[in-house]
Amino acid sequence: MARMKFLCDADRCIECNACVTACKNEHEVPWGINRRRVVTINDGKPGERSVSMACMHCTDAPCAAVCPVSCFYTTVDKVVLHSKDLCIGCGYCFYACPFGAPQYPKVGNFGSRGKMDKCTYCAGGPEADFSTVEYEKYGRNRLAEGKLPLCAEMCSTKSLLAGDGDIIASIYKERVMKRGYGSGAWGWKTAYKETVNV
Amino acid sequence: MNAWVKSLVAAAAFAVVASMPAQAQNYNNFNPTKESVKEEQLLNALKGDAHVAGRISIPDQKAANLIQPQGQQWRAFHEQRLPLIGGAAILGMLVALILFYLVRGRIRIENGFSGITITRFATLDRFAHWLTAGCFIVLALSGLNLSFGRMLILPYFGPESFATLTAWGKLAHNYLAFPFMLGLALMFVLWVKDNIPNHIDLEWMKQGGGLFSKGHHPPAKRFNAGQKVVFWIVMCGGIVMSLSGWFLLFPYLAGIADLQLYTTIHAVLAVAFVAAMLAHAYIGSVGMEGAFDAMGNGEVDINWAREHHSLWVEEEQAKARASAGSKAVPAE
Repeated sequence: MARMKFLCDADRCIECNACVTACKNEHEVPWGINRRRVVTINDGKPGERSVSMACMHCTDAPCAAVCPVSCFYTTVDKVVLHSKDLCIGCGYCFYACPFGAPQYPKVGNFGSRGKMDKCTYCAGGPEADFSTVEYEKYGRNRLAEGKLPLCAEMCSTKSLLAGDGDIIASIYKERVMKRGYGSGAWGWKTAYKETVNV
Repeated sequence: MNAWVKSLVAAAAFAVVASMPAQAQNYNNFNPTKESVKEEQLLNALKGDAHVAGRISIPDQKAANLIQPQGQQWRAFHEQRLPLIGGAAILGMLVALILFYLVRGRIRIENGFSGITITRFATLDRFAHWLTAGCFIVLALSGLNLSFGRMLILPYFGPESFATLTAWGKLAHNYLAFPFMLGLALMFVLWVKDNIPNHIDLEWMKQGGGLFSKGHHPPAKRFNAGQKVVFWIVMCGGIVMSLSGWFLLFPYLAGIADLQLYTTIHAVLAVAFVAAMLAHAYIGSVGMEGAFDAMGNGEVDINWAREHHSLWVEEEQAKARASAGSKAVPAE
């Protein structure tokens, strides 16, 4: 089985936000929720880099570890998903997540944040594949269609890579070897406890 | 011979690959990554207690945080330290209370029930107490469930029923916080004047409150030193719980680092608070004969009152005599 990961090649990201837009459109994500975002570090300074970030589908995911109702589960492809039926909207996953992935539909008077929403790696949720209820709660299930996440598919510079960790790591390695530089696989050490050494 | 050629080719290939970055630099004399930000440098610069942030073009400015490594410390606290602290505080207190019961037994009224009672707590006093206590019990149970329920209860309930229970518990926790705060304020106004520490408390403390010796009761006014300690634990603990909880109720008031701190404070204080209240509930019910009446119907037996609050009984009786006297004056 594959071990699905994201890798953002920050030296290629042009901050076009197509991944953000594609994700919102594909899953009809409501206002105020961004499953993916692009952050520009050192904006306007020499060495500026943009990084597209979403749920990294961590190994030994912190969200799953702290969830009081244990609503998270990991698929055979090592995608971290959650059940919105079990979620109580307590915000614990948001405190624990290193990447700010969990989002809540309500800003939260009296702690009522609503059901948590996050990147599903375009893999839906616990409902039956391709069902309406799955689409309404979690968005499109592209993985079950044999397709990769749309953000990465859509990326104009192929900065954002999605797929089996070993394969995308080797693609990234090859790039760094060829062009002679690379600012690293952002978030990998935090998410997967390993990085791409070139 | 074949192996020789193979390793030669491999070595040559390795040399080519290894020299590639250098070549790239030579050709362009330009390395775009030389000045570029690297995640590792940023994370090292953080020293673990902030976040890597940048600029973002979506409206949610909090999303500008790219990585917050302290989330992992929060996780470690929640997953490893909190169960230890909570277990030690609550189970430790239960064991201590059971041992105390076995050694000391129930503290009896030495002179038995006299049948004559004296009013200890008026209706408003008892309302304030039970408002706070009732809220506290639900807050404590729902809070403990949120922290430890997954470990202790979920295996028996199954995920669906447990999630429903916890969701209701969370709602109760959120809304009962407000009557709890009202109860705290009420108790403060009603009882603070009798809870200022003084020299009588020192003597009471020195004698261990008579808790560990039969037939011995140090004098006390309306509240003895032990009760004053409970009062101040409830007030100080209650205020910190309320403030930290307030930010968790309105999560947009604070940033994520502050919220992590508030949940940590809230959790550690909560388990200590529960432990302290277990002791309070024990001595006010099973642990001492005649004590529950004070908060039950408000009337305590005069013998109990004389033993535990001798100076208070004298004061009350003096007051009663004075008012009886003053009433009697016009009649004469």
